[in-house]
Amino acid sequence: MYNAGKIIIGLLIFVGLVAFPFVYSGGKATAKPDPKVDTPEILKLAENERKCVEPKAYMKGEHMVLLNDWRDWVVRDDNTIYTATDGKKYTMSLQNTCMKCHSNKKKFCDECHNYTAVKPYCWDCHIVPKEKET
Amino acid sequence: MGLLFSFFAVTALIVIVFIGVQAAHLHYLFGVIIPYAAFLTFIIGIIYRVVKWGRIPVPFRIPTTAGQEKSLPWIKHNKIDNPFTSLGVIVRMALEVLLFRSLFRNTKTELRDGPKLSYGSTKWLWLGGLAFHWTFLIILIRHFRLFLEPVPIPIEILEALDGFFQVGAPVLYITDLIFLGAVTFLFLRRVIIPQIRYISLAADYFPLFLIGAIGGSGVLMRYFLKTDVVGIKQLTMGLITFSPVVPQGIGIIFYIHLLLVSALFAYFPMSKLMHMAGVFLSPTRNLANNNRAVRHVNPWNYPVKVHTYEEYEDDFRDKMKAVGIPVEKE
Repeated sequence: MYNAGKIIIGLLIFVGLVAFPFVYSGGKATAKPDPKVDTPEILKLAENERKCVEPKAYMKGEHMVLLNDWRDWVVRDDNTIYTATDGKKYTMSLQNTCMKCHSNKKKFCDECHNYTAVKPYCWDCHIVPKEKET
Repeated sequence: MGLLFSFFAVTALIVIVFIGVQAAHLHYLFGVIIPYAAFLTFIIGIIYRVVKWGRIPVPFRIPTTAGQEKSLPWIKHNKIDNPFTSLGVIVRMALEVLLFRSLFRNTKTELRDGPKLSYGSTKWLWLGGLAFHWTFLIILIRHFRLFLEPVPIPIEILEALDGFFQVGAPVLYITDLIFLGAVTFLFLRRVIIPQIRYISLAADYFPLFLIGAIGGSGVLMRYFLKTDVVGIKQLTMGLITFSPVVPQGIGIIFYIHLLLVSALFAYFPMSKLMHMAGVFLSPTRNLANNNRAVRHVNPWNYPVKVHTYEEYEDDFRDKMKAVGIPVEKE
C-alpha cells in the first residue's frame, strides 16, 4: 500500500466513529422506561372509569399534538372545553386536567421523554408540580 | 430508463417491507438481521475499497490549481490554492471537504445568439449540495439520541437548535425542511437540465430516490403517522448492545425507514456514494504542488543498474593517467 500510514490513520478514524455508539453503551443492556399510572387519583377511580380523555393508543402517539391544540384553543381562541370523541367534556388544562390524574410527572412524563431525549417546553410556562420523592 | 428503474427499485424495497413485515411477520429479519448485515457490509466494504485504492501507485503530482505556484520570491504565492507544504494541503482539503470549494468554482456554458459562446458563474449546485450534505450530517448526528443512552448533552443541544422555532408538536426540525428541499432540487436539476439528464444513469437516480424516500419516511414517521419511539429505542439499543429485541407495536413506517436505511448502508461501498472516502484520496487535491522541489520516483520503476563516473574512473584510471586525462581521485 502507498502512503499506508496516512490511509490507515484515516481508516482508524472511520472505524472509531462507527464503533463509538457500541463502545459508549459498553454492551450493557439499558433499562427501558416504565411509565407509571398508579397515582392515588387514578387508583381512587373505579376500574372501568380509569381512562384518559382519548383512547390509550391515540394518547400514546398523539398526546403532543393534543396538548399543542389545547394550548392554541385556550390561549388564542378562548375556548376551554374539550369534547372528546366519546362525547365527554373536559376542561382543557395541563395542570388541572392532565396532571390531576397524572400527578407523577417524574414517573409518567419524564421517564420516556428522558429516554428518547425529548424536551417538551410545557414547563417553560407552566409551574412544575412539586412531587414527593418516593 | 435509469429514472424509472431507480424509482421502481425503491418502490420494490417498500413493497418488500409490506410483504415481509405486515404479511409474513418477519420482524426479526427486518428489525435485526438485515440492519446488522447492512452495517457490516458498509464497514467492510468501505475498508476494502479504501485499501484497494491505497494499493494503486500515487501518480506524478498533477494538482489542479487555481492559484500561483510557489516560484520566485517576488511572485506572490497562493498558499492555499496551490499549496507547497502539508499545512497548505490540509487547509485546502478542509475547505474542499467542509465547504465544497471545487463546486463553488462551477461554471455554466451557454451558446447565445450570434452565435456567441459565453461562460458564467453558477452557484446553485454548490448551494444545493452544501445544504444537502450538511443537513444530512446534522440529521445523522441527531439520530444518535436513539443509539446512545444516556443521551450526551451535545446531541440534545443540536436537537434544541434544530427545533429552535418550536413550530407545532412534535417540534419541526429546520433540517428536515432543508433536507427534503435540497434532495428535490438535486433531483429536479438532473431531470430538467438536458445536458445533465443526458449523462444521468440509474446509479445517479437510485441514491437520490433512496435518500429522498428515507427522508420522506422519516418525516412521515415523526410528524404524521407517529409510532412508538420508546419501542424503537429499545430496538436500536438492543442492536447497539448486541442483545437484540423486537418490541411489539412498532408501526410499519419504521420498518420501511429501516429497510431503506439498510439498503443505503449496503449500497454505499459499491456506489458513487464512496466519494465520502474518495474525496480524501483525490490526487489533484491532496498532493502539494512541489514537483520542482521534490523528485518524484515512479513507484513501479524497477531498480536500474547504473555505472557511476567514480566506478568508471576506477576501471580506467591507469589508462587515463597514461594518456594525460585529468582524474578526480589520484
